[in-house]
Amino acid sequence: MRNFEFFEPTTLAEASRLFAQEHTQLLAGGTDLVIGMKALTEAPQSVISLQKIPGLAGVTTESDNSISVGAMTKVRAVELSADIQQHHTALAEGAAEIGSIQIRNLATIGGNIAHASPAADTVAGLLVADAQVDIASADGERTVSIDELFTGPGQTVLAPGEIITRFRLPSPASGSHYIKHKIREVMDLAFIGVAAAVNLNDGVITDARIGLAAVAPTPIRATEAENLLNGNQLTAELLAQAGEAAAAAASPISDLRCSAEHRSEMVNVLTRRTVQEAVNRA
Amino acid sequence: MAKHHVNLKVNGDEHDLLVEPRKTLLAVLRDTIGLTGTKEGCSTGDCGACTVIVDGEAVTSCMVLGVTASGKEITTIEGLAGDGELHPVQQAFINTGGYQCGFCTPGFIMASKALLDENPNRSEEEFRHALGGNICRCTGYTKILEAVLKAAEEIRTTA
Repeated sequence: MRNFEFFEPTTLAEASRLFAQEHTQLLAGGTDLVIGMKALTEAPQSVISLQKIPGLAGVTTESDNSISVGAMTKVRAVELSADIQQHHTALAEGAAEIGSIQIRNLATIGGNIAHASPAADTVAGLLVADAQVDIASADGERTVSIDELFTGPGQTVLAPGEIITRFRLPSPASGSHYIKHKIREVMDLAFIGVAAAVNLNDGVITDARIGLAAVAPTPIRATEAENLLNGNQLTAELLAQAGEAAAAAASPISDLRCSAEHRSEMVNVLTRRTVQEAVNRA
Repeated sequence: MAKHHVNLKVNGDEHDLLVEPRKTLLAVLRDTIGLTGTKEGCSTGDCGACTVIVDGEAVTSCMVLGVTASGKEITTIEGLAGDGELHPVQQAFINTGGYQCGFCTPGFIMASKALLDENPNRSEEEFRHALGGNICRCTGYTKILEAVLKAAEEIRTTA
């Protein structure tokens, strides 16, 4: 690891001012950054820790069941939060898929998202929660929707000095589910990740949301599949149509882990499974 | 690059140190303090050999910058036994022969200790899953799991 200057600001304004400089990196949980610095794929001149800034960690539930998750909340805490398990099951399931318990005790949800891997395990759950991402900088605050945050692999709309502070999950889903397609039971990266969330009104699907990870340059919503489901009761035929529509929305690559064809086929299969399970749970 | 003043409480002992920012907690424990019970395996968070307990939670110390551990309470394998008495999970590893070369053992014991502190009422399948971040290259995990289940039973009956 190359050496670097280390800063532990206690306010967001100071962290933002430092982070606006070139050759800097933010340190949240460190599980990506420290490994990257060891591999020399990251060699920042300054590392700015967010760990001493108060108020960035924790899960808060409002009276209308909307939930706020601080960016520095450990993914282990997201996984174990009773409110997230109940209202955003897919997000809790995604958090539980990351690495090992030892890693989940370090890694933060903000880091998982800001790292902008298309395969991040919390991203599909945040997509189907319609998460709003609060961003702070020395100039003020702004909010972007999670589906507008990513611009490419490892790339986001975040400008120099901008820091994700929290994720707001406005509307609970009565049923949701995340499936990670993988080989190993734990300590694996997703071949693909699929999340689905629904509400039911007299057996009719409303608010269908489908989130796809690791099947396109950025995580995406399968909006055509969602539109097919909304306003209808779930039938085998509708499920098949939704699976095909989700697969059509994907633009996967072939890599070391699996082929593009396999990814497309599995988007179809796992969309059907996650939607069915989300409806079962609703 | 400036070194940072770091205060670590390791196994109850205070250490005031000057630490380079690039030093991991694992390196500080082993090289600076001299507690070599914690092992460096993969150094990328995959094997769990470097597991220590920080403020009650098991973490892979190879992924933690030492400067960020200042003010925290750290327990390593050297701090488990009290008054000459081994921790139940240590004794269980001995009784069942839950190791061969022993390199992964401190990590397994610290990860198990944290799991047992959190909830000793886990099924075999749940313990197996929860220990997925620890790799052993000698055994087939059978004796390791047996040791953890025995320790869990002992902790449940004496609690």
